[in-house]
Amino acid sequence: MLTRLSLMAALALGTATTALAQDATPKDGGTFVFTAPYGNSITSLDITATPHTQDEIVGKALNRSLYKWNPDSGKPELDLAESVEKSADGKTYTYKLRDATFHNGDKLDADDVVWSYNRLADPKKALPGAEQMLQIEGVAEFQDGKADHISGVKKIDDKTVAITVINLADPGWNLMSNYAPIYSKDYPEDQLASKPNGLGPFKLANYVPGSKVELVKFDDYYEQGKPHLAKLDIMLMGEAAARDVAFRNGEIDANVLGPVQYEAYTQDAALKDHILEVAEVYTRNIGFNPKIEAFKDKRVRQAINYAINSDLIIQKLLKNKAYPAVSWLPTSSPAFDKDAKPYAYDPDKAKALLKEAGYETGLKFSVTATDNESWGLPIVEAIIPMLAKVGVEVTTDPVDGSVLSDKILSDNFDSYIWSNSSGPDPLKYLNCFHSGTSQTACNYVKFANADFDKLLDAAGNETDPAKQNDLLRQANNLLQEEAPVWFFNYNKAVMAYQPWVHGLKPNAMELAIQDYEDIWIDDTAPAGRK
Amino acid sequence: MMRFILRRTLQMIPTMLAVILIIFVIFSVVPGSFITSLMAEGRNATNAQVLSHLNEQFGLDQPLLVRLWNYLWGLAHFDLGISYRTREPVWNVIEPRLWPSIKLALSAMGFAAVVGIPLGFLAALKPGSIFDSGTMVVAVSGLSLPEFWFGLLLMYVFALTLGWLPSFGYQPGSIRHIILPAIALGVSPMALLARTTRAGVLDVMNADFVRTARAKGLAEPRLVRSHVARNVLVLILTTMGLQIGALMGQAIVVEKLFSWPGIGSLLVDSVSVRDIPVVQGAVLVIVLWFLVINMLVDVAYALIDPRIKVG
Repeated sequence: MLTRLSLMAALALGTATTALAQDATPKDGGTFVFTAPYGNSITSLDITATPHTQDEIVGKALNRSLYKWNPDSGKPELDLAESVEKSADGKTYTYKLRDATFHNGDKLDADDVVWSYNRLADPKKALPGAEQMLQIEGVAEFQDGKADHISGVKKIDDKTVAITVINLADPGWNLMSNYAPIYSKDYPEDQLASKPNGLGPFKLANYVPGSKVELVKFDDYYEQGKPHLAKLDIMLMGEAAARDVAFRNGEIDANVLGPVQYEAYTQDAALKDHILEVAEVYTRNIGFNPKIEAFKDKRVRQAINYAINSDLIIQKLLKNKAYPAVSWLPTSSPAFDKDAKPYAYDPDKAKALLKEAGYETGLKFSVTATDNESWGLPIVEAIIPMLAKVGVEVTTDPVDGSVLSDKILSDNFDSYIWSNSSGPDPLKYLNCFHSGTSQTACNYVKFANADFDKLLDAAGNETDPAKQNDLLRQANNLLQEEAPVWFFNYNKAVMAYQPWVHGLKPNAMELAIQDYEDIWIDDTAPAGRK
Repeated sequence: MMRFILRRTLQMIPTMLAVILIIFVIFSVVPGSFITSLMAEGRNATNAQVLSHLNEQFGLDQPLLVRLWNYLWGLAHFDLGISYRTREPVWNVIEPRLWPSIKLALSAMGFAAVVGIPLGFLAALKPGSIFDSGTMVVAVSGLSLPEFWFGLLLMYVFALTLGWLPSFGYQPGSIRHIILPAIALGVSPMALLARTTRAGVLDVMNADFVRTARAKGLAEPRLVRSHVARNVLVLILTTMGLQIGALMGQAIVVEKLFSWPGIGSLLVDSVSVRDIPVVQGAVLVIVLWFLVINMLVDVAYALIDPRIKVG
């Protein structure tokens, strides 16, 4: 209960901070110096060619999609479409497009939407953004080479487009993706990676590969009076220590914090009042491979959940920069059961379960892990003595990031520790545990449970949102009971910002992805920023 | 001279081929691939069909020998291939990183030479003095300082505390932005140069021709300038050549710390996502830089000391 209360308080704090920041009247002009903290480079200025968050931080400034994520409501909402009508069968959505202009002066029309979605799904182009198109009717045939275009995307007139989907889920969850923007059909495709041409609030001014991306306000952006900033500089800074110095020195205006910095910043009188926190939709977990005989037994998986003191690890190693996980869905999910409790730390119960399962004399397995400080080797090293107390011997299998995914996708592991998306769409992310989902898609632990499948299938076919939500809540609770993974924590993303910065939002999908058009800086900013 | 340069240029080819082979072998045995790196964030699942098409497009489904042959064939036509990550020609990915890398290497070596050589000289002229001992302490410390730690220290002192310099970033044409990364990168070669210079000067000072010159009454400043310095220069040049050649590859940590857009940070980023064509291209550039610098040093020997003949 205490944990939940602190979580709610923290969420409220994040929201309140934002609300306070937005109370004042926004001021136009000035430069916001942001950081892309997940490396020292970006892959491409064409966001459709990459699945990386680092690129999305830049792409969000340049592009717009049919829908957008609303961090306040926690739902997708229309962006490039000003209205939508749903057909009686709930599968065809007819969108009226708004008046919007591309950076090169082209006007948005229905052909752009048709062209963009066909390009994304085109198997020959092999674009990672194709993932967001899979719900549209005809994409499977197009990708299999049985059709030369997507049948489910049709131009009705210049400003109207109809999209037919294959199930009853709201397509907004997929089409809001920043990886599925609308591009101009008339713009040379081979220039998208170097001279992007989007519908976003900022256009490219200068790109220094490996260093920074400089963007300037796009005067013809469709939202009246936005963006407020005249300039947006995104610094590519992978080193946390360097970001810390730059932030304290006022060279950057916002800084994504790791656990150690989080502790230091919250104890620093000069910094602690300008920290934004949010429970992100990532679930850190140890996935158990059922090819290990012991992991086929639910009692063993439950025993491991009982044997680890997650709260202690979160407190000591993560410096409270995480929330204990209850099940798979994060706390911000509408299907999260507010009455559910995490597995309690109970070594005796763990021992009893292991004895019942026939592993009284012990059990041994390895955990494949990267060196990530929040969900990698340091965490595995912390659980080793805890599991040893109940007779479970754990060894480590250290790897780097691309080897971790390689080992998981090729089923070459006993268990792994990872941080995986678990939202915002509960149906999509619970589907990762449906027996029909392959290991290479996202059912990494090859979970198969007939009752779980039944609940998810029913949720997928349910048109009443309340009933669907109830089915998903039941499925999530069943998943907790089945414990296909050790439910470790949900990430608490933390961003420190300078006092002159306003309009940052606690985006649960990814805190580093901000609505730049709403950000503004006040008169207290240093001269070079105003 | 021209024959020498031509011969050395031709000698580079087998070295480059060996480097290519080594990289191919290493990346064929280490686990992980570009395709699986797309899933490494655990955030965005990527459609299996997309992954399969990417595999096909980049020829990753072909046997290693076929891929190696295709790469060599491309190289023979001055084509470094296509980056898996950016889907651009590799040269387009490397080219913007080249000048920042060269600039950083030259600046670091400039700092190393300006500080290290005089220190070594002065220490050798007063062997056993406090100055000599102090200089050698600085030199040993310089050699043992971790670049990351020293770079951070510079940031804290000169950016955060004194506010004299920016703590990170790259601005074409800005001297202020290059000072801290150049010092962080140059401190190790500076220490090496100081030690080498000191040893070289001490050695020459004890040579017969110096003793003879001194016995003939030659003034000490002139002795040092005309006899000692000229003879030590070859040693200093050799050390500088080896160091400057290696600096481009050694700059990885400094480049990442200071967000400096050089070849080193590109190499690390490319290795982590297994963008093998860019890794090969970047390594080839670093090796080529090393070989060319050392060839130029050999040429410089002949210009400094007429007794040395190249070729």
